[in-house]
Parts: sequence; structure tokens; C-alpha cells
Amino acid sequence: MSELSDLSRRNDVHVMKPEGTEALIRALIEDGYEVIGPKVIAQAMLYEPYEAGETPPAGWTDEQDGGRYRLIARDDGKLFDYVVGPQGFKRYLFPPREKLWSAKRTADGFAVGRDGAPAKAYAFFGARACEVAAIGIQDRVFDNGEFSDPTYNARRAKAFIVSVDCSRSASTCFCASMGTGPAPEAGYDIRLSEIFEDGHHMLLVRSGSEAGAAILEKLDLKKAKKADLEKADANSRRAAEMQTRVMPDDAREVLARNMKHSHWVEVGKRCLGCGSCTMVCPTCFCAAMEDVTGLDPDSAERWRQWDTCFSVNHSFIHGGAIRQEAWSRYRQWITHKLSFWHEQFGQSGCVGCGRCITWCPVAIDIVEETRTIRDSEKTEALHG
Amino acid sequence: MADKPRLAVWKFSSCDGCQLSLLDCEDELLAVAGAVEIAYFLEASRTPPQGPYDISLVEGSITTPADSVRIAEIRRQSKAVISIGACATSGGFQALRNIGDYDEIVRNVYAHPEYIDALKTSTPISSRIHVDFELRGCPVNKHQLLEVVAASLAGRRPNVPNYSQCVECKRSGIVCVMVAHGTPCLGPVTQAGCGSLCTSCDRGCYGCFGPKEEANTKSLGKRISEDFGVGHRATADMFRTFNAGAEPFRREALRHDEH
Ligand code: SF4
Ligand code: SF4
Ligand code: SF4
Repeated sequence: MSELSDLSRRNDVHVMKPEGTEALIRALIEDGYEVIGPKVIAQAMLYEPYEAGETPPAGWTDEQDGGRYRLIARDDGKLFDYVVGPQGFKRYLFPPREKLWSAKRTADGFAVGRDGAPAKAYAFFGARACEVAAIGIQDRVFDNGEFSDPTYNARRAKAFIVSVDCSRSASTCFCASMGTGPAPEAGYDIRLSEIFEDGHHMLLVRSGSEAGAAILEKLDLKKAKKADLEKADANSRRAAEMQTRVMPDDAREVLARNMKHSHWVEVGKRCLGCGSCTMVCPTCFCAAMEDVTGLDPDSAERWRQWDTCFSVNHSFIHGGAIRQEAWSRYRQWITHKLSFWHEQFGQSGCVGCGRCITWCPVAIDIVEETRTIRDSEKTEALHG
Repeated sequence: MADKPRLAVWKFSSCDGCQLSLLDCEDELLAVAGAVEIAYFLEASRTPPQGPYDISLVEGSITTPADSVRIAEIRRQSKAVISIGACATSGGFQALRNIGDYDEIVRNVYAHPEYIDALKTSTPISSRIHVDFELRGCPVNKHQLLEVVAASLAGRRPNVPNYSQCVECKRSGIVCVMVAHGTPCLGPVTQAGCGSLCTSCDRGCYGCFGPKEEANTKSLGKRISEDFGVGHRATADMFRTFNAGAEPFRREALRHDEH
């Protein structure tokens, strides 16, 4: 993403009609982007490729709670009144399965080849604030100054982000307490805020980069009024106030000093070790390498695929797996996310999107488990 | 290569579905037919196997006294024994008889029970002999089968995961039927491998690939029977299908019987 050349243009806030999304998506496609945006599939809101002419689905909201997700149709025409669905944009920047290289036996050894296809330029349409923050977190993981992942970074360098502010939260959202939402402060190329009030339905439009400003040039926009901005701010405030789950701000310290808490074993009794939480988490980055040989003995391939710290093999080292019990794998996951991520990457590994709560088949709750440990810390110290 | 590796396929009590998966691989296997010599023993024959074999693939469960004798002989003549399918790895559907009254079942099913010479239980191949690798599935997955054969020939560990079906669903972008539709699903305790056949059609997982590593059936069983309102009887039935004899599933079904 490029630096801003024209700050005044960035500071200009515009409005467009909700139908303006069609022109925006078309402009992105014309600029060579593969646009990925919300679509209703299998009763969930997924992020899928858009064709020119497509627009985001109108009139949907959702209900989410531990282990439960329901997408609900409404006839109000609102564009963004649902929140995050099961999958983030992670699967585009960091695909679930990717071939890294292949090798062929030669007369005097073997030759390694990469699949030379150029990285796709994605435009992520409708990214929520937590999503934008999650992409920022993965950026540090895949390029930490010392190590840089070539395939992720090639795709990331080309990616364009159209963010959307949330004007309502699901019961599982806790971005406000993680400081990542409900509206993004940075990290977007274009930012949309939906206003739907007193018969007025419009989108507030801001650019956050030169690339964003260039796309906005092609759209039919009007200057926003001060009152529009105030309405958008009020929407974000309302979304934040709706949040019932609040991650304690000392989660990092609490978990780090309670590695022997008896509650771990309690969670272990419920946890299925299914790995769903890690798969839906937009920041989880673990992958396993798989070397594949076919029946043809002269060729081999190396594939990278999403892995989960909930699988026993994930901690397999010489002599066996070091995290044998389910509780120790759950503890690994949550302490990495909320505590040790700070030491590794200088920030929390959780953006508060709530996906791990919604998509856990038995409703294990990252906020609730942290609170339980925090609240019983004193009694535990007495008896433990 | 001077001597081609010899691969034998053996059949015990089963429906032949796994061998169909094998036949489905003929194209791929033919590609290396130059490298492997394949011998099929589809029917139980009384002639002792003419080994030795590099790899023996064994389908089916042990259900008769004669099976016990034959499988021991196969082991003696094979470098590697790989059991394939739910019957061979957990006793199969027919392991349902392990929980019933065997004599009564025989009396009810056969006009002349006196001709039946069977064991009271149906058990996996590993209940009689050491097995080098167990390939799960009802039936086995064609790609996994080829992977196991290729890995065995190359002398490496097969890439066959022991983690949950949920991992596969999520990688393939399938919307979770349990969370989004309220459909009961055995995927969280079932080993991946089928290629998400049911969940990709909005059905819950039936558990064809048997219990995953460290399967927490108690937690899932409680969720399905109580929170999803399926009830104990139907939950027990869910665990009692192709892999009814696999220990975690067997135990979980019994737990629900007690209610
Ligand atoms: S840990 Fe849970 S709430 Fe936090 S970012 Fe991951 S999925 Fe979202
Ligand atoms: S916390 Fe929930 S989603 Fe995560 S592994 Fe355990 S049961 Fe599965
Ligand atoms: S559909 Fe079943 S197997 Fe797939 S993620 Fe959901 S619970 Fe797991």
C-alpha cells in the first residue's frame, strides 16, 4: 500500500447511495482486482468472489452465541447489519492448502520447481474492523523483519481493503475491549459506514490510501455533512455499547501466572480438541508441511496446509507429543493467543471477533474461561 | 528393479465396499503395475497363502474360528499388514452383535442355527495379529489408500491424519452444520479422511472414519443428547453404526443406554 500524497483528499468524507456499491465493485474489478465480498451460502455469510454487476446481499442480520449461528433475512434492505461469519479473509491471503514446490529426480540429483503463477490481487470488500486488525496481526507473523513468507507477502502487497464499520454487535463480539473495533482507525484503502435512519439510507465513504482515493475518483460521490459523520459515529458507539462480552484488560498477566490453575482441567473435559476455534480464527497461522510422493518414484511435492494446536501431532517432537492431554492443548491455544503472543509479536493475538466462541461445537468461550480463571485466582492460590 | 514388490489383498467379513475403492484405483495402480505385482484373494479359500508378500491389504473383520487361523498365516507370510476399512479396523457394523445376545440373534436369523460356526464377536484384525497400519473408513478413501500403498513402497510414513473431521470442513470452507443449522454431527470426534462427503451436503457426519485421536465423545454426546434435544436413545444409535466396536464409540453408546 502506498503512502498518502494528498492528505486533504483523505480527510474529505463523502456519501454515496447504497446502490453505489455496484460501481465501486465494478471499478475494482476493472482495475484488475479479484473482489471478494459477502455472500449468503449454506445459511451463513461467507466471503466469496464477486462478478462485475454483483452487489452485497441486502436485508440480512445474524444471531450468534456460543456454539450457535443463525443468519436471518429481513426486508429492511440494510447492507451490513450482520457481523462476521465463519471465515475471515485469511483463506485468501493464507490459503488452507498451498503447494510450495515440487521436485523431480534428475540424472545427478533432483530439481526443485515452484508454481510460477503470479500472486492474485485481491480486493476484500466489507472487511470489519476486527478483520482489518487481524490482517495487520498476520502481517507481522508472516513478515517479522527476520523471516518473510514469500507467498503471503506477494498477495498481501497487492491486496486492497474496503472496510465497513459495524453498527451492531453480536453477543459474541468483544472487539471494543480488544481495542480493534467496531470501526477501523487505519488499515483500509476505502472505509464505508452505513447510515440508515429516518428513511435515509446511505454510505459514508472515506479513503485511507492513495489507491483508495484513486478508486473514489471514479465514483459518483457527494460531500458528507457534519450530521452524517455524527450519525456514523453514533452507530459505532452503539455497536460498542451493545457488547456484553468484555475481555479483562489484564488477561495477558492473569493467564501467564495461572498455568497450573485447576480450571484448565475443567475446560479440558468439555473441549473436543476438534480445532474448529483455530481454523475460524483470523489470526491463527499454524501450518503443517506435507511431503507427498505419488506412486511415481521420481517426483515429490511439498504442500503447506492449515494445522491446529489441538491436534496431538502438532506438538510431536522426538520421542512423542508433548501436549498429550486435551486441557494442555486448550491452555496452549488461549495462553498463546492472549499472553505469549505479546512476547512474540508485541501485541495480542486476539482481535475479539468472537468466531472461536460461535463456532465451537460445545460453546467454549475465550472470554468466559479467562474470566473464570481471573475470578478464582485468589481461592485457587489458597487451595492450590 | 529385479523383483517387483508383491501386494496381496485379503477379504474377511465385510461388504466388499473397500475393495470397490481399490478397484476404483486401478488406473493409478496400473500406472505402477510395472512396479508392483498384485494378487487378489477375494474369497476365503482353504489353500494356504503362497507368500511371501511385501504388503498385505486386509479387508473385513474376524468373525469365525477359521478367520483367526487364516489371519495368523497371512501375518506370517507378509512383511507389512495394512488393515483397510471400518470392518478391519473396528469390527464393522457386524460388531453390533457384540452387545446383543449372540445365541438369540443366531436363532432369530437362521433357519438352521446348528450350521453356523461363528465367534460371538466381530473384532478388528488387530485383535488377532500385529497390524502395521490401520486405514479407516466405511469405505476407505481412494486417495488415502493410494497414499498408504505409495508410502509403504517408498518406506515413509503415510500422510493420513488422526485429527477431526472439523479440520477438513474448515479447510474446505464448509459451513458447520452443527453451529449454523443445529444439525447433530459426529465430526468433532471423528477422524478426517472421507473428503467431507456428508458435511458438504449439509448432513451431519456419521462417523464412518471412526474415532479421532483422543476423541472426547462424552462432551459431544452430552451436547447432542441434551442441548440439541436428540435424547439418549438416538444419541446411542448415532455412535452405533459402522464403527460401533471402536472403543470410544462403544463406550459412549453404552453411557447413553444407561439413561
Ligand atoms: S481468538 Fe477467537 S475472538 Fe480472538 S481473534 Fe481468534 S477467533 Fe476471534
Ligand atoms: S475449544 Fe471448542 S472449537 Fe476449540 S478445539 Fe475445543 S471444542 Fe473444538
Ligand atoms: S459440520 Fe460437523 S464435522 Fe464439520 S465443522 Fe461442523 S461439527 Fe465439525
